[in-house]
Amino acid sequence: MNDMTPIQKSSPKDWETDQEVRWCPGCGDYAILKAVQRTMPELGRKPEDTVFISGIGCSSRFPYYMETYGFHTIHGRAPAVATGVKLANPDLDVWIITGDGDALSIGGNHTMHLLRRNLDCQILLFNNEIYGLTKGQYSPTSRVGTKSPSTPFGSVDRPATPCAFALGSGARFVARGFDVSKHLPDVLKAAHAHKGAAFIEIFQNCIVYNKDVFEDFAAPKGAEARQLWLEDGQPMLFDGGSKGIAMDMETLTLKVVGVAEGGWQAAGVIVHNVKNRAIAHMLVEMPFGEFPMALGVLYDDPRPTYDSAVTEQNAKLSEGKTPDLQALISKGQTWTVE
Amino acid sequence: MATAARSIDTQSQAHIPHPEAVVVRFAGDSGDGMQLTGGQFTLSSALAGNDFATFPDFPAEIRAPQGTLFGVSAFQINFGASEIDTAGDAPDVLVAMNPAALKTNVKDLKPGGLIIADEGEFNARNLAKAQYDVNPLEDDSLGKWQLVHFNISQLTMDAVKPFGLGNKEALRCKNMWTLGLALWMFDRDREPIIQWLKDKFAKSPILADANIAALNAGHAYGETAEIGNPGAVPIPRKHVDAAPADPGLYRTINGADAAAMGLVAGCQLAGVKMFFGGYPITPASSILHALARFKEYGVTTFQAEDEIAAIASAIGASYAGQLGVTSSSGPGIALKTEAIGLAVMTELPLVIINSQRGGPSTGLPTKTEQSDLYQAVYGRNGDTPLPVISARSPSDVFDCAIEAVRIATQFMTPVILLTDGYIANAAEPWKVPDMSSYKPFPVSFLDHVPEGGFKPYGRDNKLARPWVKPGTPGLLHRIGGIEKEVDTGHLNYSPANHQAMTDIRKGKVDGIAAHIPDQDVCLGTEGGKLAIVGWGSTFGPIHQAVRRMRAKGHDVSHIHVRHIWPMPGNLGDLLKSYDKVIVPEMNTGQFKTVLRDQFLIDAKPLNKVSGQPFRIAEIEAAIEEALA
Repeated sequence: MNDMTPIQKSSPKDWETDQEVRWCPGCGDYAILKAVQRTMPELGRKPEDTVFISGIGCSSRFPYYMETYGFHTIHGRAPAVATGVKLANPDLDVWIITGDGDALSIGGNHTMHLLRRNLDCQILLFNNEIYGLTKGQYSPTSRVGTKSPSTPFGSVDRPATPCAFALGSGARFVARGFDVSKHLPDVLKAAHAHKGAAFIEIFQNCIVYNKDVFEDFAAPKGAEARQLWLEDGQPMLFDGGSKGIAMDMETLTLKVVGVAEGGWQAAGVIVHNVKNRAIAHMLVEMPFGEFPMALGVLYDDPRPTYDSAVTEQNAKLSEGKTPDLQALISKGQTWTVE
Repeated sequence: MATAARSIDTQSQAHIPHPEAVVVRFAGDSGDGMQLTGGQFTLSSALAGNDFATFPDFPAEIRAPQGTLFGVSAFQINFGASEIDTAGDAPDVLVAMNPAALKTNVKDLKPGGLIIADEGEFNARNLAKAQYDVNPLEDDSLGKWQLVHFNISQLTMDAVKPFGLGNKEALRCKNMWTLGLALWMFDRDREPIIQWLKDKFAKSPILADANIAALNAGHAYGETAEIGNPGAVPIPRKHVDAAPADPGLYRTINGADAAAMGLVAGCQLAGVKMFFGGYPITPASSILHALARFKEYGVTTFQAEDEIAAIASAIGASYAGQLGVTSSSGPGIALKTEAIGLAVMTELPLVIINSQRGGPSTGLPTKTEQSDLYQAVYGRNGDTPLPVISARSPSDVFDCAIEAVRIATQFMTPVILLTDGYIANAAEPWKVPDMSSYKPFPVSFLDHVPEGGFKPYGRDNKLARPWVKPGTPGLLHRIGGIEKEVDTGHLNYSPANHQAMTDIRKGKVDGIAAHIPDQDVCLGTEGGKLAIVGWGSTFGPIHQAVRRMRAKGHDVSHIHVRHIWPMPGNLGDLLKSYDKVIVPEMNTGQFKTVLRDQFLIDAKPLNKVSGQPFRIAEIEAAIEEALA
């Protein structure tokens, strides 16, 4: 995310490839692709300086449709490949496209370590709570009781919460959005503006194997009451400002409070501070139903990145030294035969 | 002191026997510093002009319980006045620092060989731990060897007393006392070791002084024993003359350092920066350790979260325009296998080093074996060919690493370089090469749209596809593990395209055979009664055995294969020019099977999987039997 001024602003069309998109008709991935292609011209990077890296799964076909450099790798390993790409050329703008199975099951280890190290990149986790490309098995984010070919009587294990996993791994930027949301480009822009690993969970509707599992909060009708869009410096209000999120001082947990006629301060509604890590932990864990779904930028507090630390150390230790190979191999326990 | 020592040397020089070669094994508890003792004795052998080979043999446990049989750490060196190819079949001298070291090592000692034992450690507790009912120093169980024993522990304590160290610290100087005695026994200069101790303990001069005092005391013990100091046990003394060697600068080298420096050299010759992704594993970690210090040579090292991330990051770096390198041992290579397939599919350059160890599974982490040859040549899903080369000795790893970089970058392919635990840890003298004598093989990144349009999977005359760095305008493209369309690199599952791409991948790797040297006979004649065909670290024992048998008049030749896959084009005809072919391997016959498959020859196996290198005598016996 270097500040580079493009000579000429590109259009979304410039970021589209000539490849036929092969997702199922109606798949949420189309909307995400459009949102990304619409956002790219706003970010000030050139297509040739941009790399999309993915693992395996429906979402991971994404790079084929972006007119950038792209690498469709193997299952779960996109963060590791991306680490090599970024360390080899820190000037590249690196985007990782992954899914719930790819990032949290087979690739959980790499996701954790990429976030811990804070590699400068964007990670878009398409969460559809199902394995689509292998025909519908339950995934690590599927809710208890999910019936699938591998769990015909309902799944019995607890799902992972991607954003909680990310925060727990040390992520310095955590955001949430969903496929058809009009706010998604803003979330992508904020992620790109964050220097470091930016983790975005995007709820994505798999119309074939897990249709409408997010309808309870994503449906346009009644969305106001079920979505809490967070904005830095703004009170956590939803449902047309009639409700807000406050801190229960006795239990040190969040609670929903009623707000009468703009009196959010009196109701104790919290002002969102993207640098408040403790509140971020609570926001990602809010049980939906009792609470609205927290969306937008939940946490954004940059720290020095791994790639810059590696580059700096390499440069510092190379300073003033001539890479003399002959001298290198002539060192150690040596002797001369006359 | 040094002056006095020299005068005694001069007087006694005439009486010292001058054997052709001597094998010494230092054995002690893992905490006794035997590897350090061996390493410094190796340096002194080098400075004395001997040729040598070493074999460090240590337990898998970091701090095994003191005094136990499984906690014994040993270091063997074979040094001589003529060419040395192995660490020696059987020691002439065994230094045993405790009963466990004696018990686990004495059976290897030559009949009539010399045992030097620290009687201070032969107490009831240590004897029990080593499962000795009776103190072997006191019965006649060691009768077929020469035995000298004295209280090294006490002698060391006495020597370092003036420095006021604690008991434990004082005893840790024992290995230097022993080294001092060994230096006296083999008529060696102490000064370089003293200098080394001063450097090593620069921050703690007291420890430096104490260790130097112990070293001098051990040396003086030998001297005074010789001149008949009452109470001291006389010790036999030997002087091994310098081996003839070409003039030039020499250094000691182990396989891990050779790999690190060879990779740096290869990348310089190719004109690319190196990215090394690694994950700690015995015995391969030392390559990561060495490279982590080479930052000014354009090396980035990355200790990944696991073996898979180590190779995946290296693939990412190769995609971004550096040369990705990863290294591991068998179990780690197994984890990397899927990613190796990705590198084959995406046709990116990559070097994968496997320091083989005993398997299967965790197997024998610190012991050597050659049992990953099938894994290297065949061990992937799909038809997934890649070049495999193997190093024969620690110094040979340097040239093999350069060769691996050359093939990877010239052919846009992952390359596996096989070494093993023995090569990684063992040391040998190496005449430092003149780097200007190596021919560069610069890579050329495609940076413009060529005539006829850009084809990400277009081919040059070696069937290599272009290497394009992300960041290059006009050449945007996508790669991945799904089958690629010929030329365009787009997704393509069609039957005809898969057939064509499979053929291209195979053709590209097969074609490398035209770009590697023809197979030579490294000792003996083209054609004849018997060829001993080896690969990897069996080079030393095979070479010595063939040399000895040829000296006795036998018709036997040694062929050593570096390029395991693809093989040199003339290898089949060459092998068919012998009546018999024997393939000694530290596995159950893997290369033998590959040779049979490739050339329909009746190659016979000679196998050893004990975690120990071949002895020369074992190969001599096989030659004798085959020619009988």
